[in-house]
Amino acid sequence: MTPAIELLDVHKSFGHTVIIRGVSLSLEPGQRHALIGPNGAGKSTVFNLITGKYPVTSGRIRLKGEDITGLRPYEVNRRGLSRSFQVTNIFPRLSVFENVRCAVLWSLGYRYSFWHLVNAAREVRERTEVVLEQLNLTARRHVPAGVLAYAEQRALEIGITIAGGADVILLDEPTAGMSRSETEHVVQLIRQVSAGKTLLMVEHDMSVVFDLADKIAVLVYGQVIAHDAPERIRANAAVQEAYLGVAQTATA
Amino acid sequence: MSTPAPAAARSVSQADATRPSPLRLYGLWVAAAVVLAVLPYVLRAPAAVPVVNQMGIAVVFALSYNMLLGQGGMLSFGHAVYFGFGGFFAAHALNLAARQGLWLPVPLVPIMGGLGGLLFAAVVGSFSTNRAGTVFAMISLGIAEMMAASSLIFDRFFGGEEGITTNRAKAASLGGLSFTTDRDVYYLIAFWALVSAGVMYGFSRTPAGRMANAVRDNPERAEFVGYSQRWVRYVSFCASGLFAGVAGGLFAVNYEILTAENMGLGASGAVLLMTYIGGIGTFAGPILGAIVFTFLQSMLSDYTSVWLLYLGLVFLAVVLFVPFGLAGVLAMHGPASRNRRLGRLVGPYAAAAAVMLIAVIGLIGCLEMVYFFVSAPAGQVTKRLFWLTVNVRTATPWLAFLALIVLGGLGMRWAGPRAAAAFADANLQHPDR
Repeated sequence: MTPAIELLDVHKSFGHTVIIRGVSLSLEPGQRHALIGPNGAGKSTVFNLITGKYPVTSGRIRLKGEDITGLRPYEVNRRGLSRSFQVTNIFPRLSVFENVRCAVLWSLGYRYSFWHLVNAAREVRERTEVVLEQLNLTARRHVPAGVLAYAEQRALEIGITIAGGADVILLDEPTAGMSRSETEHVVQLIRQVSAGKTLLMVEHDMSVVFDLADKIAVLVYGQVIAHDAPERIRANAAVQEAYLGVAQTATA
Repeated sequence: MSTPAPAAARSVSQADATRPSPLRLYGLWVAAAVVLAVLPYVLRAPAAVPVVNQMGIAVVFALSYNMLLGQGGMLSFGHAVYFGFGGFFAAHALNLAARQGLWLPVPLVPIMGGLGGLLFAAVVGSFSTNRAGTVFAMISLGIAEMMAASSLIFDRFFGGEEGITTNRAKAASLGGLSFTTDRDVYYLIAFWALVSAGVMYGFSRTPAGRMANAVRDNPERAEFVGYSQRWVRYVSFCASGLFAGVAGGLFAVNYEILTAENMGLGASGAVLLMTYIGGIGTFAGPILGAIVFTFLQSMLSDYTSVWLLYLGLVFLAVVLFVPFGLAGVLAMHGPASRNRRLGRLVGPYAAAAAVMLIAVIGLIGCLEMVYFFVSAPAGQVTKRLFWLTVNVRTATPWLAFLALIVLGGLGMRWAGPRAAAAFADANLQHPDR
């Protein structure tokens, strides 16, 4: 089966600083994958390389078998890959409804149209309303996104990511900064919106990772040291030493 | 999807119910059309129609400018270039048609202006919309300077210092319409201003227009939902150039002359001022700004030769105290209006306005005397100011006007907080909502 995302010996350096040192990773489609690793391992950089925010220094990246190395973010997005951000990245002055609608327009074929009125486009409105319902934000639809509560903004962040119907979804720390009950809510939401799709998420909360992920990739110091089912990752000696051990000393 | 489920049908009807009625959607436009139709009959003063014509042109120009600044977050210091280019294009088209006997009736000349503006914007935008922010602003300034220099070099097109004149009487006729009086031209301008405003409003409701707002707010995220920020800006830029050109075409029809000054930095500055004074945050803001600006411009210049100074002060006051512009101030009173508490504001606002007026009179008196002092012919020492004659070489008028400023300023310290408190109280949400 063609992998949803395939990284082939990807390197990335900023000036003389080498961040990613030859990452090769292949994600089966239709599964939920987690990318874990200590702070500074390069998890967000991997996201930025896959989505075209940064160019790779060397190596290739494929999306559903197609080479997307060097494409711009919007070109990657149009090929069915969408991402969320670690720091909330929404359209603060637009209403919640408009935030989601912006994410729907391209995928429904409206492109740069200046001959369609958005209010008259029924499928746009309906798709937007479905997403708002999923996010539990229908009652807040007219509120400017910038004044939403933090947890609501994080939900909207995920909503913008999935609204376009991409079948490969990258979530960067979706539960960061959330309370226990808020986290449970988001896990529920992620489970729902990623059903039948390929998910790759960076996450620090291990209970979320082991709860959601079908497979876990461990990134340490710019290299993937393991990529396996959760129970085998838990038992993996190299992971315990390199990652969980570090985490334990960090919390101690 | 052949059998509509009852649930789906219900949700659609609910959605339809939440949409505004046709009266609310189009009522404002119909009202505007009616007002524009009867306006020349209401205005008694013969000098009023030319001023209104100027306002109409300014409205189209300011709305086109706000497509960049307000909708797209692009600060341009050279928007008059597209206005001027459209105007020259239209004037040349009119002249060429008259010479060659081509069919170009006067009402269609603004379309030629729009084509000219669009053409030039399509060229400049191809590189200037690469980036927003400072880079875009600097490029716009560079283009404006370049065009100012070009107007002296390419004098076949720009007509050198005399400019390009045209004559709408020589154009082909369309259905027997003639454009000999200001009132005839008024209806032409009113028609195109209404159509342009309608189309520009429509543009703001299209995917390209909505994404312009999105790119303004967060260009990075727009790219991650499939849109190239550069293309979004380019589409807005071209549309903006088109309507600036329409305004230029209207100018060509109205004044029958264009000079390099019409595309200079002064004209670019004026459109920035009027748009900002009106308010860049709402669609109607620039309309309000263009009307107020043109009114002040034509009225003030009758009374004082330092009217530009006053316009500058008005602009400063807007930037400092009401950054959302005049339309923004009106919009801020929306909650108070819904709470039906606007009546409570009349008293405190009137008090604040009265003390402010005292300070403004003092300020105007001082400024006028300073100007008179430095510019009056030697030996002339008295000046008519408001209702009295003052001798600027005596201390009394200076002290009196300074006293008014101080008095007004002290009064504001008393009336200002009261007006602000009344505003806050009136806008407070009803407890039972």
